[in-house]
Amino acid sequence: MTDILFILFAVVAVGGAIGVVIGRSPVASLLFMVATLASVAGIYVLFEAHFLAAIQVLVYAGAIMVLFLFVIMLLNLGHDYRADFRYGSWSLLSLVVVGLTAGVLMQGFSGDVGADLLENGAAAAAAIDAAVVEKGAVGVIADPLFTDYVVAFELMGLLLLVAIVAAVVLAKPRGSGEG
Amino acid sequence: MLTPALLLSAALFVIGTLGVIVRRNAIIIFLCIELQLNAVNLAFVALSRYTGIEGQLYVFFVMTVAAAEAAVGLAIIISIFRHYETVNVNKFNVLKW
Repeated sequence: MTDILFILFAVVAVGGAIGVVIGRSPVASLLFMVATLASVAGIYVLFEAHFLAAIQVLVYAGAIMVLFLFVIMLLNLGHDYRADFRYGSWSLLSLVVVGLTAGVLMQGFSGDVGADLLENGAAAAAAIDAAVVEKGAVGVIADPLFTDYVVAFELMGLLLLVAIVAAVVLAKPRGSGEG
Repeated sequence: MLTPALLLSAALFVIGTLGVIVRRNAIIIFLCIELQLNAVNLAFVALSRYTGIEGQLYVFFVMTVAAAEAAVGLAIIISIFRHYETVNVNKFNVLKW
C-alpha cells in the first residue's frame, strides 16, 4: 500500500515539475507547482513527517504560491502566452548541465546508501516513533527547536523581519510617500 | 523506501535546474528555484527517518528561508517590472558584463 502511494505521489510530483518547466502561461506553471508541492507533502506523510506535511500544504502550497499568483495577477502576466524558452546554444548548455547534475546525483544516491545507515536506521526510526507517541507530531519538532536550536530559531525570526522590511522597501513605487 | 525517495529528489532537482536554465520568465525561474529547494527538503525528510529528527528541523529552516527569499525576490520582480514593463530576463542585462 505504501509503495503504491509512493509511486502515485512520485509520478504526480515529477509530472507537475515537468509541467512547471514546459508550461506556456505562468498561471499554468503555478498550478502544476501546487500539484508537485501537494504530492511532496504526501511523501512527507509516508515518511511519518506529519507536521512538515501540514506546513508544506499550508505555507508552501498555500501562502507562498498565493503570493506568486498575486504577483502574476498584479503584473497582468497571465495573458503572455508567448513561449519564453531559450533555444540554440542555451539548450545545448542546459543538456550538458542537467546531464552532469543528474549523473552526479544518481551516482551519489542510487548506490549503496551505507550499510551502517540502514542498520542504525531502524533504531532511529523507532526512536522517532516513540518520541511522536510521547510528545505528539508537533512536540517532537518543537522540543529541539526551542532548546538546542533556539539561536537559529531566533535568527530565523530576525531574517523574516528583514525580509518583510526589504520587500516593502523594494516594492514601493519610487517617490511615493515620504522616506 | 530510502533509495526511491532520494532518486525522486534528484529527479526533481534536475528538472528544477533545467527550468532555471531554459526559461526566460523571471517568475517561472523563481518557481523552479522553489522546486529545487523542495527536492532538497525531500532528501532531508527521507534521510531523517534513518538518522534522527534533526533532518526535519533543517527542512523547517529551509522552508522559512524559502518564504523570505520568495518575498524579497517577488518584490525585486515587481520593482524591475515597474522599470522595464517586462519580466523577461533577457531584457534587463545592465549587470551582465
